[in-house]
Amino acid sequence: MRLDLQLIPQWIKQNTNVLDLGCGDGKLLSVLTRTKNVYGLGVEIDSEQISLCIAEGLNVVEQDLNDGLSNFENDSFDTVVMTHALQTLRNPHLVLDEMLRIGKECIVTFPNFGHWRCRLYLMLKGRMPVSKFLPYSWYDTPNIHFCTIRDFDALCHEKNIKIKHRVVVAGESTDGLLTRLCPNLFGLTAVYHISK
Amino acid sequence: MSSVGIVSPQSHYFDQPIDLACGRTLPAYELVYETYGQLNADASNAVLICHALSGHHHAAGRHHPDDKHPGWWDAYIGPGKPIDTNKFFVVSLNNIGGCHGSTGPTSINPDTGKPWGADFPPLRCRDWVNTQYRLMQLLHIEQWAAVIGGSLGGMQAMRWSLMYPECVRHCVVIASAMKLSTQNIAFNEVARQAILSDPEFHDGHYLEHNTLPKQGLRLARMVGHITYLSEDGMKEKFGRELKTGSLDLGHSDEAEFQIESYLRYQGDSFSTAFDANSYILMTKALDMFDLANDYGDDPVAAFKGALCDYLIVSFTTDWRFSPQRSREIVNAMIAAHKPVSYAEIDANFGHDAFLIPHSRYETVLRNYLQRIVKENEDKSCA
Repeated sequence: MRLDLQLIPQWIKQNTNVLDLGCGDGKLLSVLTRTKNVYGLGVEIDSEQISLCIAEGLNVVEQDLNDGLSNFENDSFDTVVMTHALQTLRNPHLVLDEMLRIGKECIVTFPNFGHWRCRLYLMLKGRMPVSKFLPYSWYDTPNIHFCTIRDFDALCHEKNIKIKHRVVVAGESTDGLLTRLCPNLFGLTAVYHISK
Repeated sequence: MSSVGIVSPQSHYFDQPIDLACGRTLPAYELVYETYGQLNADASNAVLICHALSGHHHAAGRHHPDDKHPGWWDAYIGPGKPIDTNKFFVVSLNNIGGCHGSTGPTSINPDTGKPWGADFPPLRCRDWVNTQYRLMQLLHIEQWAAVIGGSLGGMQAMRWSLMYPECVRHCVVIASAMKLSTQNIAFNEVARQAILSDPEFHDGHYLEHNTLPKQGLRLARMVGHITYLSEDGMKEKFGRELKTGSLDLGHSDEAEFQIESYLRYQGDSFSTAFDANSYILMTKALDMFDLANDYGDDPVAAFKGALCDYLIVSFTTDWRFSPQRSREIVNAMIAAHKPVSYAEIDANFGHDAFLIPHSRYETVLRNYLQRIVKENEDKSCA
């Protein structure tokens, strides 16, 4: 399982409700259902991923996050999770507002565009970075709103969002010296545990 | 994939009276049904199929080897099919009020010795659920692994989960709604008026006059068929193709479009195969269905008591039971914190899509039903 997904269960309490926005094939929900006995609900747009979730016995609802989340009531979930989807949204800041409205706590993960490889790629080649983790060309990519860890910190500050925990993942580890010293330069993925 | 093969309907006469939602009592009734597959030892693999407006018990297989068409949902029920009869014991019945063998307007009213006709009591979805419950008991089933229905059948499936929550493990609701839209009621009223205004209708006692309101029923069905298809689907299937005649100048023969021919054919065959009173009764039951009516008009409160998992399916081009209606169901279930999955199938054939083979729709149904099989196996291992 992706490292950011492995980090999430530590913040999920037993027997709670979890909404997973952009749940993909449901790996995280599957783990949380098994180990934390949560009532989990996934929201997904991709038909094949939805079928995989259904086969796994997970609850999954077909819905486009870009159409809003007004069908979810205030504080109706203990935790709202969104992994690696923030950068694909038309209005990430509005979805973030919605997450905080629906969930008592939220967990957001995203690829850090401030990573030194991205910076170096852009500096040396003068072209938009393409890598193993971000394999798309600029004109044909689901990732339309990249941000850096510093950007996200600034957004949280602006919106008075409380950052309960922040873990930065680099390669196979989460607590390397470099990532601790300079997360925005060495972190590949950022994992934020936030609340209102 | 193979078929369930040759099947024979069965029937049972229920001699205990049943109180109906309208306040009247049906002293006794007959139910015609078919079953496919084998009931397992602990009766945990039974699936109930609830039929829609013009449906009946014959959902899969053929009655005779030379039958032109198999049952109405043969594409989805059978060995290796999404509702896999190698795994499930599938029960499909004709509802009371229908006209395919179960007690309905064409049956004899024991009080008069004549056909019930328009005197047959009006029915609601819950009456069908109550009679289906008795069929369940007859078959020694305590809980359905799944109750599945499309359209009006989906309404019955939802009602099952509210009326007998402990008897439903999974509920599959396809192209349905918690209540009909105004537009839907309007279409149903046009269909009913077509029947009522046929001079052969005789206030619903046409059988006593040895006649049938064929023209009215034919028209009703033609209107219905237009609304069951999408504009694109109709265009794709028929276009502006001509069956006879020509659009070229210099031709005096009237041109007949394929769509006209199709509607006439559908109307004609339906006008003798279906009973006009049944059609009125079924469309009325559709109009009157209001899932949350006796829960203070709060669907969230209605679903609170349900104990099953739900799968809701809609079709993008279905404008009679649009995806929005299904999303309303899903949202109420989410607010009630009920286990629910929802798939919106990109299909071109409007409301009819729920009967037509479609790879994604098949996958969704198959995966959901397989999951039930897995749960059953896990339970029997535990």
